[in-house]
Amino acid sequence: MVTITPKTLDEALEFRSKERMIPFAGGTDLMVRRRSWSGTSPHFEYPVLFIGKLPELKKIAVAAEDNILAIGAGVSLTELLEHPEVPEILKQAIRVMASPAIRNLATLGGNICNSSPAADTLPPLTVLSATLVLQNTASRREVPVVEFIKGPGHNDLKTDELLTAIHIPVVKNNFYFYKKVGTRKADALSKVSFAGLAQTSDEIITEIKIAIGAVAPRVVSSVEAEAFLKGKPISDLPKLLPELKQMYEEYIRPIDDQRSSAAYRKEVSFRLMEHFITQLK
Amino acid sequence: MGKRIEFTLNHQKVSLETDPLRRLLDVLREDFELTGPKEGCGEGECGACSVLLNGRLVNSCLIAVGTIEGQEITTIEGYRDSERFKVLDQAFADAGAVQCGFCIPGMIMAAEALLRKNSKPSEMEIREGISGNLCRCTGYGMIVEAIQLAAERGAGLW
Repeated sequence: MVTITPKTLDEALEFRSKERMIPFAGGTDLMVRRRSWSGTSPHFEYPVLFIGKLPELKKIAVAAEDNILAIGAGVSLTELLEHPEVPEILKQAIRVMASPAIRNLATLGGNICNSSPAADTLPPLTVLSATLVLQNTASRREVPVVEFIKGPGHNDLKTDELLTAIHIPVVKNNFYFYKKVGTRKADALSKVSFAGLAQTSDEIITEIKIAIGAVAPRVVSSVEAEAFLKGKPISDLPKLLPELKQMYEEYIRPIDDQRSSAAYRKEVSFRLMEHFITQLK
Repeated sequence: MGKRIEFTLNHQKVSLETDPLRRLLDVLREDFELTGPKEGCGEGECGACSVLLNGRLVNSCLIAVGTIEGQEITTIEGYRDSERFKVLDQAFADAGAVQCGFCIPGMIMAAEALLRKNSKPSEMEIREGISGNLCRCTGYGMIVEAIQLAAERGAGLW
């Protein structure tokens, strides 16, 4: 299959506008999914656009005026771990993703665009209210990460677009909690992953975000449940738990698969939620 | 769909014409006859094919050779003449860390990548450093000991 290595983002978008191509950054998912017999090339159904080295996609910067951390879609997971401005909750998720060797190749943009229900960066990006910058030759749009993912392997990226950057508002949260439940620490896909962020003031919840991965076709988050918790005194939380769980009940719809069972995933999701809520001060 | 690809392999500039989607692992083993990197799982889970790309550990089975134009690849064959390798080699032997040997080229590259970043790793940091490399023979205890031993003996080398 034809491959193209553009030198600049503009050139890459130009190629995208002309024909259907498969954007290839770190390649760690693509090379496995499309692998063929040992010793032979993987099979790609469309021409491949190598975008992993594009300098425009390799930057991490804080735009001071609007207080946004802008992460290039081609930044590797290792580079994110090494950068001081990247939020700790995202780093925690990345530290237990894949293995050191895979983290050196895999990109943040790739994990998002692969759009697996078990993608480990999606719950942290959801609670961080990240938005995605999608560009084609003519225009640029910004979409919240929660709206971008449509279902397992499906997202809102058009065939003439590239995901170029991930924008994360810089906010100081005094509580964050991340937990991945997997068979083992390295190289394991999540059975469940949980991300929570909160701000409290005078023992009252002023802001709270919860996202749960691998328990539904898309990351589970509920604006309604978060609004319910906001303004509540921390001392009331234990008795609000049953009501809170009820609110998430309809969204947590896990499946039985080789990694875990639906019942286990649901139970663990609720226990992690309880753990997060009850550690707030 | 052949393309000319140039990169640095074990400190020497090389050039070949090939399908850019071929796996680096296959190019190393078949075109350059470097059989240190092994194919275990072929899907990035076992680390037997580990090499260094610009000094960072990577799985050569996950790399399309067309993406490494102008980059620097080091395999165990390009590493074995170094002082650091000699220290690791002796430490692996002394700790009894090698049985069948299939995983060892990858383990050594993972140890090098770790020590390069962190010359005095703790036991947990060593376990994390080799977490993408599977061994089915010795278990990991003796491999971890070997890397600890190498870090002590090779003080100043990394």
